[in-house]
Amino acid sequence: MTEEIIIAGFGGQGVLSMGKILAYSGIMQDQEVSWMPSYGPEMRGGTANVTVILSDERISSPILTEYDTAIILNQQSMDKFEKSVKPGGMLIYDGNGISHHPERKDIRIFRIDAADEAASMGLTKVFNMIVLGGYLKVNPVVELDNVIKGLKKSLPERYHHMIPDNEKAILRGMEIIHAVE
Amino acid sequence: MGELKLMKGNEAIAEAAIRAGVDAYFGYPITPQSEVIEYLMAEKPYETTGMVVLQAESEVAAINMVYGAAGTGKKAMTSSSSPGISLKQEGISYMAGAELPCVIVNVVRGGPGLGTIQPSQADYFQAVKGGGHGDYHMIVLAPASVQEMADFVTKGFDLAFKYRTPVMILSDGLIGQMMEKVIMPEHTPRWTDEEIIEKWPWATTGKPGSRERNIITSLDLDSGRQEQHNIHLQKKYKEIHENEIEFEEFMCDDADYLFVAYGSSARIAQKAIKLGREKGIKAGLLRPITLYPFPAEAIHRLAKQVKGILSLELSAGQMVEDIRLSVGCDIKVEHFGRMGGIIHSPAEALQALEDKIIGG
Repeated sequence: MTEEIIIAGFGGQGVLSMGKILAYSGIMQDQEVSWMPSYGPEMRGGTANVTVILSDERISSPILTEYDTAIILNQQSMDKFEKSVKPGGMLIYDGNGISHHPERKDIRIFRIDAADEAASMGLTKVFNMIVLGGYLKVNPVVELDNVIKGLKKSLPERYHHMIPDNEKAILRGMEIIHAVE
Repeated sequence: MGELKLMKGNEAIAEAAIRAGVDAYFGYPITPQSEVIEYLMAEKPYETTGMVVLQAESEVAAINMVYGAAGTGKKAMTSSSSPGISLKQEGISYMAGAELPCVIVNVVRGGPGLGTIQPSQADYFQAVKGGGHGDYHMIVLAPASVQEMADFVTKGFDLAFKYRTPVMILSDGLIGQMMEKVIMPEHTPRWTDEEIIEKWPWATTGKPGSRERNIITSLDLDSGRQEQHNIHLQKKYKEIHENEIEFEEFMCDDADYLFVAYGSSARIAQKAIKLGREKGIKAGLLRPITLYPFPAEAIHRLAKQVKGILSLELSAGQMVEDIRLSVGCDIKVEHFGRMGGIIHSPAEALQALEDKIIGG
């Protein structure tokens, strides 16, 4: 099994840390992982993206031009990455701020309104974990137990008290994601 | 068994340095390698192993601090990215002349000039042909994974002290910034002063009555002695050639075509090879692990087997010159590479093989 994922959005949405938690979760189940961020000037306040690969085999290129899954969190990223999903692949997006919704017919499209949900839960910081939950619902590449273990490894201990909120957010994301026909 | 971590390549260099018993790191921040000094400052090894971590006032100061520390037999290192490495060239040449061991990390970004902060492999010439003045070489190691970023710190110091020569780890923004699994080695204690005196009789450790003064210098105005010194250096480089060449072959056994690529481009080439084999194109990869000494004989051997060679580098084509010198027969050798911080994709690399070698 190899899963090639791009997560793209604004800087500050937790794109890179979401990728990191996925990578840690992969390690928890003995997979090979790679995490390659965009580190250009765009990360200082503009768009941010990260390529994460989880695989049972040694990973060759950490840089890709097409992906099994694209998780898209703003319009610029939609414009850039909708076309990069492999035929038969998956696109997950947050509808917040999206003016041009995805149109491809040869991929599976899911919508998760995580920004709105995070606001109504009063937990805006766990927005990215709602998205992660949604992704894991429709494509369980890693088990929830391993995600929690991954969270513990990836968060400094002073933030461990936030793990229950993160778990709650993941579970909520699993409930609210839905397929777009 | 070491400890499994998820780390950036730059962080792996820093953690490996602490664990390798390095005595001193002198550096100056520059993207895309600033995590090396950031990580060291956050870990505070000066409170545990006693390793010195110092942000110098400039790259020139940092390399000269390395010069001073290395002269006393200490394990000293520095890191920077392309423009900063250019600034260090004087110090590197002096250390090669004075025969001092050290490890220099270059996390290459696009140039020339200040260029860009994105990944590049355009410092190959500078690293392997002697970026500073005079007849010298450094041993140049090219990591292609975060694991190798960690492993090559220890390996680099082993080679540096074995041959009393600067060693460069030639990485790039991709390997520096990406995170992968890495198994960290166990901690090796720093050498004690007594161990240094015993191991390295050339080091300036304080003159006892029993021997002459040790002098660390690259200056000798007597041309006869200077020529003898150069002959000695050349003999050393020959010995390095005979003993230290390292490379990896990937799917070469049945290959009709060959990629030669190091570092990040080697990773991309592997994916291109997989894509090619799905289409019935049998390509393999020769990955130089040491760029100096260069695996010329391995390329010469494979050149007799394959129909053509594509050098894949994030540059205008630098290593391709060394490949052409190695081939020794009449087959096609071409270069492909993106520049300016753009990273070629596996699909582009395969297309280049088809256009320039197979169809060309």
